Amino acid sequence: MCLAIPGKVLDKSLLNGLLRGRVEFGGIVREACFDFLPEAEPGDYVLVHVGFAITMVDEEDALSTLAYLRELGTLEEEVGVEEATP
Amino acid sequence: MKHLDEYRDEKIANALVAKLKSKATKPWVLMEVCGGQTHTLVRYGIDGLLPAGMEMIHGPGCPVCVTPLETIDKALTLAEMPNVILATYGDMMRVPGSTTDLLHVKAKGGNVRMVYSPLDALKIARENPSREIVFFGVGFETTAPPNAAAVWQAGRQGITNFSLLASHVLVPPALRALLSDSGNRVQGLIAPGHVCSIVGLDDYHSIAHEFHLPIVVGGFEPVDLLEAIVLLVDQLESGRAEVENQYSRSVRVEGNPLAQTMLTDVLEVCDRKWRGLGEIPKSGLKVRAKYAAWDAEAKFGLADKFVEEPKECISAMILQGRKKPPECSAFGVRCTPERPLGAPMVSSEGACAAYYQYRRYESAAELAGGAR
Repeated sequence: MCLAIPGKVLDKSLLNGLLRGRVEFGGIVREACFDFLPEAEPGDYVLVHVGFAITMVDEEDALSTLAYLRELGTLEEEVGVEEATP
Repeated sequence: MKHLDEYRDEKIANALVAKLKSKATKPWVLMEVCGGQTHTLVRYGIDGLLPAGMEMIHGPGCPVCVTPLETIDKALTLAEMPNVILATYGDMMRVPGSTTDLLHVKAKGGNVRMVYSPLDALKIARENPSREIVFFGVGFETTAPPNAAAVWQAGRQGITNFSLLASHVLVPPALRALLSDSGNRVQGLIAPGHVCSIVGLDDYHSIAHEFHLPIVVGGFEPVDLLEAIVLLVDQLESGRAEVENQYSRSVRVEGNPLAQTMLTDVLEVCDRKWRGLGEIPKSGLKVRAKYAAWDAEAKFGLADKFVEEPKECISAMILQGRKKPPECSAFGVRCTPERPLGAPMVSSEGACAAYYQYRRYESAAELAGGAR
């Protein structure tokens, strides 16, 4: 639960007062909150921790980390199984 | 254990190991703070690649592992209340309290839900207006702002059946406690990259200065760790004690100001007991009085009840970096991830679980010998 996982921002909108959007983690799509990183735009890569985008990362680093997590077999576990809506 | 030829970046890793061997002239003792880093280190056998005599001590950076028994017991008490749904991160489900764990309470009919995000718990609260939803939130500075945001959002939306059982801990005070200890052997520190993405580097500059200790903010992949170790040895060999950022791709000097603002709006610094380390002044975060309506401790009037740790479990020594897991008489025998005596065997970030997963077939004697 401690790790932050890189993913690509797919979309972003204001919902129930929270800035929400979808992030794709190597094929797995999850909801995330962008309240701590409102500057992230669709196409950007961000680090997501427990459903919150916390910082921007560059694409090369993101893809490299995703490949590493896939190799470890922990990607699904790290990005969670349930989707959250605000 | 994995070997060097299994690294994805074998060439880079080889070059780093060669560099390290050419640079290190003394048996330096380094600590990786974060449990995620410990996991990588043990899995890839990075400690075995170091020059002879050099040692990695595994730090207390596993929030699940340092959550005190008393707080686990509070979560268990809440989970057994008929009108309560207790939601928490998956890692907390099997952490033993003084008599049972959340998974067993769930099996006996307690309403315990595993969630990925605190916002999932808030959603459960919205969908179950007649039930009390308690989110058992543990974690370091990375996890505190999201948990705070759930409380803030509950307040803003007038969701009154949601509360937070907060067991947040802060890394710098624990590091200061470990480094001030007369038995401290740590000469260089790999600081947790993700924590620094939130809080920035200020505290780490102070620690480097106070203890004349080289610090490198590091990532979580094998090559990240090797790079961080090379940078630390470079500093040690040249007598420097600075903060360097190996993980620069995500850490900004100032951290994430919006997350920090959310954290300080909802939570405030408090004294906190760490499982294995004892009470450390100003090392935790609790819910501020203005959010008392969303603070599970205040809402349910939960009192602290001191309980003894299981006698055979040496998690205190493990979390202080004084012993390695295979030196425990219960390791892999009376303590396994399925039947853990202590939290470091439960969490995927715990040192005992990492050794159990990757090294339990190696002889304990060999490891204990190699550890010193």
